[in-house]
Amino acid sequence: MAAEQNKVDSLTGVSTTGHDWDGIHELNTPLPRWWLWLFYATIVWAIGYVIAYPALPLVSGFTKGVLGYASRDQIESDMAALNQLRGEKVAALAKTSPADIEKSAELQEIARAVGKAAFGNNCAPCHGQGGAGSKGFPNLVDDQWLWGGTLENIQQTITYGIRNENAESRQGNMPAFGKDGLLKKDEIPVVAAYVVSLSGRKPEGAADLAKGAKIFAENCAACHGEQGKGNPEVGAPNLTSNIWLYGGDQKTIEETVTNGRGGVMPAWNGRLDEATIKALTVYVHTLSGGK
Amino acid sequence: MSSVEGPAPAGQSEVDDVPLYAARKEIYPAAVKGTFRTIKWIILVVTLGIYYFLPFLRWDRGPNAPDQAILLDLGNRRFYFFFVEIWPQELYYVTGLLVLAALMLFLMNAVAGRMWCGYLCPQTVWTDLFYAVERLIEGDRRTQIRKAESGRWDLERISEKVLKHTLWLMIAWWTGGAWVLYFADAPTLVRELATFQAPMVAYVWIAILTFTTYALAGWMREQVCLYMCPWPRIQAALTDEHALNVTYRYDRGEPRLSVKKAEAARARGETVGDCVDCNQCVNVCPTGVDIRDGMQMGCIQCGLCIDACDNVMAKIGRPTGLIAYDTDVNVQRRIDRQEPVIKIVRPRTILYVVLIALVGGFMGWQMLTRTTLDVSALHDRNPLFVRLADGSIRNAFTVRLSNKTLETRPFRLELIGLADATMEVAGLPHMAERSALLEVGPDQTRELRVLVTVPRSAGDVDRSIRFRLTDVVSGATASANDFFHGSGSAP
Repeated sequence: MAAEQNKVDSLTGVSTTGHDWDGIHELNTPLPRWWLWLFYATIVWAIGYVIAYPALPLVSGFTKGVLGYASRDQIESDMAALNQLRGEKVAALAKTSPADIEKSAELQEIARAVGKAAFGNNCAPCHGQGGAGSKGFPNLVDDQWLWGGTLENIQQTITYGIRNENAESRQGNMPAFGKDGLLKKDEIPVVAAYVVSLSGRKPEGAADLAKGAKIFAENCAACHGEQGKGNPEVGAPNLTSNIWLYGGDQKTIEETVTNGRGGVMPAWNGRLDEATIKALTVYVHTLSGGK
Repeated sequence: MSSVEGPAPAGQSEVDDVPLYAARKEIYPAAVKGTFRTIKWIILVVTLGIYYFLPFLRWDRGPNAPDQAILLDLGNRRFYFFFVEIWPQELYYVTGLLVLAALMLFLMNAVAGRMWCGYLCPQTVWTDLFYAVERLIEGDRRTQIRKAESGRWDLERISEKVLKHTLWLMIAWWTGGAWVLYFADAPTLVRELATFQAPMVAYVWIAILTFTTYALAGWMREQVCLYMCPWPRIQAALTDEHALNVTYRYDRGEPRLSVKKAEAARARGETVGDCVDCNQCVNVCPTGVDIRDGMQMGCIQCGLCIDACDNVMAKIGRPTGLIAYDTDVNVQRRIDRQEPVIKIVRPRTILYVVLIALVGGFMGWQMLTRTTLDVSALHDRNPLFVRLADGSIRNAFTVRLSNKTLETRPFRLELIGLADATMEVAGLPHMAERSALLEVGPDQTRELRVLVTVPRSAGDVDRSIRFRLTDVVSGATASANDFFHGSGSAP
């Protein structure tokens, strides 16, 4: 090697490192020495980093570093700074009524941005990221509202929830007509067929609609109305439309009548502050244009 | 140094143990006077003058915008360049500028080699300035070498070093200071900096750029060109045999002999070259290369060796231009007793000029036909559509309106296509069914939630739609195309 190292490549006049692959020599083009020192400097830097910052994993936990840095603290201080920055605008939301927020171009945009984030964090698990809902969890993008679609209705629903322990929460149950013996077993398919016919569809099989109408008037109309248009006061859905929370086919309707329904929504009062609830109200209202 | 250039025959060259890491060769470029030195001084003063003072140039834009000619307003996400105001989504103009800059670099390279490296590159300009300061304080090349070789550290030498580094740091500090002025209102920031009330980020950036300028121009110098910069490598691949380069005309220079020996040889009737091997070309070189070795990566082609050689040629009564902007082709042609040719116009340069014209023309056209209003539509993804209680189908869009002028403007937003559809804007009272009137503030955008509904009777096919935005006063329009999704099945 030592002798090889002094060989000179005949074509370029540059000395070789002595490495030789099938007659191809590696030229020795030395790096500048300052480059070497930079390399040592990075090692020294790394040692300093390990001492100063959390770095090495241990069996349980890790080395903490003498500076006491933690990325969690970093997030908290960043979030505090963000809230400080937003403070003025969020305060404006808390002071303004949802109707006025929606009318103001600037406040509506802020409310929709704040509302969108809050919706994603709190509402999306049930109602879906875009508010499209799923079986048992209402679609918030369509134009039908179980408990009313005005800004006040929506704010009330978000604040106190539905069928929960909160004294102010919305109440109203679909009784289990079959299970609790309120209707005879053979009456249920008859009324279900009638309900199907309410939304302009043809029921399955031979249905006695007159009998169904009579059963409906005696048992269902109190909440759903004589025409089946529903009643947002008690959360009774409109049965004449194309929108069904649990499904509109005859079998599902029979199941609903037999076992009853009673979806629950938590109260957000106390979990979310007033400004966030107002922002959510405006966000949900503008999702569909509301009522 | 006996051969003309290039390869050393195998086994003849002296090679000592070449280490894995090479110590740096100190370079003390000598002062020189001449044409190219003058050009370099002028370019240095002009480019640094622009850099240091441009932020203070004012440009009146009216009451709602800053009056700084060039301002990168990161906080408000605006880039002001004289009469142009660029929004973040228009950053492609800057991309276009970079493409244009690259093409210009290629063209310069095709015409006269590394013009950028030799005259315009910030590394060259600042290093040149730092060398000038060094020579002013520590003396010219010989004095500096003598002082360095003596190894003495007397009071004079120490005070010279202190003074030099102080001046270097001041230039570096001013360089960093000028940099931050491009990002905020310059006079205000200068006042804040002077009274220690400027934002921390300004001080940090000044410190960073002071350090980089001081380190790169004071300490790293030619090492940046030799080891750090990618351009010499790319440049070598882009050049061709007709590009003018700083060339040692070895046809005229060789064989090189000292002045006395040359006279004697001439008296004997022998052929003698003009090069007297005075090494002046090497002494003035800021990267320490020997131009007589031919074209090489270390040569930034600043032309200082041309000045040095011309001065010597004038003194010994020989014609100047032993080192000059020329091509290897011409050197060879003269050896072959042919007329030298300079081919500036050739396919390569024509191509670059055409490309520059195309890109520049396209950008200019884009700039001139640029609208001052904009509309963009984002279709809801989840759900794509929703069926309403009466069976009609609705799609929801997030529509953003931009007003790029500096006063509030009234706009009309219309739905085009889908004749039976209705349009609704959340928060606005219902108005004419398919259009909405609204205002957007100066230099602002406004985001709208727009609902488009098609009745059940209209069928259920997917159709193209367009949102058209019209300035009610000027009549200027902008549109955004989108799509209306039906349920995919007949109602």
